[in-house]
Amino acid sequence: MLGPFIAVLRRDLLLAWRGRADVLVTIGFFVVVACLFPFGVGAEPNQLREIAPGILWVDALLATLLSLHRLFAQDHADGSLEQLLLSPEPTVLWVSAKVLAYWLTTSLPLVIAAPGLGLLFDMEQGSLKVLCLSLLLGTPMLSLLGAVGAALTLGLRGGGMLLALLVLPLFVPVLIFGAGAVDAYLGGSGSDAHLLLLAGGSLAALVLAPWACAAALRIAAE
Amino acid sequence: MNWGSAEAFWNMGGAATFVWGSYAVTLIVIVVELILLFQRRKNTVSRLLRLRRGRSARRQPANVSESP
Amino acid sequence: MTRSRFNIFRFAVPQNFYPLAGKLAPIFAVTAAVLFLAGLWISFFIAPTDAQQGEVYRVIFIHVPAAWMSMFIYLVMAFWSAVGLVFNTRLSAMMAHALAPTGAMFCFVALWTGALWGRPTWGAYWVWDARLTSQLLLLFLYFGYIALINAIDDPRRADKAGAILALVGAINVPIIYFSVKWWNTLHQGASVSLTKAPSMATTMLMGMLVMAFAAWAYTIAVTLWRVRSLILERERNAEWVNEELDRLEAAA
Repeated sequence: MLGPFIAVLRRDLLLAWRGRADVLVTIGFFVVVACLFPFGVGAEPNQLREIAPGILWVDALLATLLSLHRLFAQDHADGSLEQLLLSPEPTVLWVSAKVLAYWLTTSLPLVIAAPGLGLLFDMEQGSLKVLCLSLLLGTPMLSLLGAVGAALTLGLRGGGMLLALLVLPLFVPVLIFGAGAVDAYLGGSGSDAHLLLLAGGSLAALVLAPWACAAALRIAAE
Repeated sequence: MNWGSAEAFWNMGGAATFVWGSYAVTLIVIVVELILLFQRRKNTVSRLLRLRRGRSARRQPANVSESP
Repeated sequence: MTRSRFNIFRFAVPQNFYPLAGKLAPIFAVTAAVLFLAGLWISFFIAPTDAQQGEVYRVIFIHVPAAWMSMFIYLVMAFWSAVGLVFNTRLSAMMAHALAPTGAMFCFVALWTGALWGRPTWGAYWVWDARLTSQLLLLFLYFGYIALINAIDDPRRADKAGAILALVGAINVPIIYFSVKWWNTLHQGASVSLTKAPSMATTMLMGMLVMAFAAWAYTIAVTLWRVRSLILERERNAEWVNEELDRLEAAA
């Protein structure tokens, strides 16, 4: 049962490893955008500390968005997507594997890079921990919802902008609870509720999104 | 009846900009939608008629070449 | 039972639905116009001045029905999308397509009137109020849907992709609403609620309901007219469209 899952996962990770530059570009984008904000809003440490969680979350969202097209575009172009769809393996299974590989190669590096950026904004250790945890729990939902959007816009003209228009409104709850977790921690009310909601959202997306994604891919390949 | 005079009606208790701004824009948007709707209908029908004429002209090329 | 099933599926065929829509649309349009005029009369001449807000509150008679309608239309779109995916009927997807622009229109009206109402009431055209914010996100969802179906050239793919997007959006609408509401209460405490009217007079409620019914009738009429164009375009190779075109050509 898990055979095709592992196979697709390994293949995608290998492809990502061979094209490391793409992954590095995403992290570079994440870092550069975060560094732009102090120039825009001023370098006052208190203010920066206050807006840091929001900035890093919006930044992570944009970085995800810009790399989403990688998820299926290449497979679509070289025909392997069609082969996968024709294979007898359940579509949901290998779609999940692809999303997992995508999350491991795109979102996980962002989660790892986030503490370093948090230090630039003078965030203290406790809130850094909450921020990383919220990113860790929230980004799977971004990847899963984004995968549906990427599948729907596969091979369309102006796909990139369209993808942004489709998925950004859907990302709003993740942004609210993600950035809200740090605020709640700093406000003293504890971040548990936010983190649990993020985890719940990711789990719900894990159950529903692969189906929608598989259906969208089948439509796109017809 | 709420209004003593026509002026009082148009003045809306000093909130004329907001009340009439809301109602006017709503009306404009609805009218624009209706215009677009009927334009679309007209365009569709004329396009289909054109397509059909083109198709029937292609179906009988012999007649067309004979006519001059 | 069998009879009613028969009837439903009879009108799921575009060829049968096209003339029915043509007959029903003017009826609903006239209903909408009459109700709209009645609603206007109630909102300006029967509903009393509000004790707290003065005359500004009269915006409520279009703001609230427009907001209701925009949300309701999205749900109806999701419903037709689901029907289209399950039964694979062409007409359902066309209905969803035909509804989207009107939904976006009502969404815009709700936002515009909300802003104009907010200025004198809250002192700002825009506050990040839970209702206004989720309304804005709903407008983005409509834009996304319309952009997606317009970007896909193949009509069958456009139908199905749009259906999936509408369903994903419909699942997310409540999540968005509650998350925004939560975020809103965390950030600025209880804000002035738009529909908080302790002494909501029955005439006010009546005005809003009449306007809401007018919006319903308007939506049905406009959707039926729009779906007629869509049907003609999609079915242009069918024989009955050919006959319909003969008729239209003769009338012109």
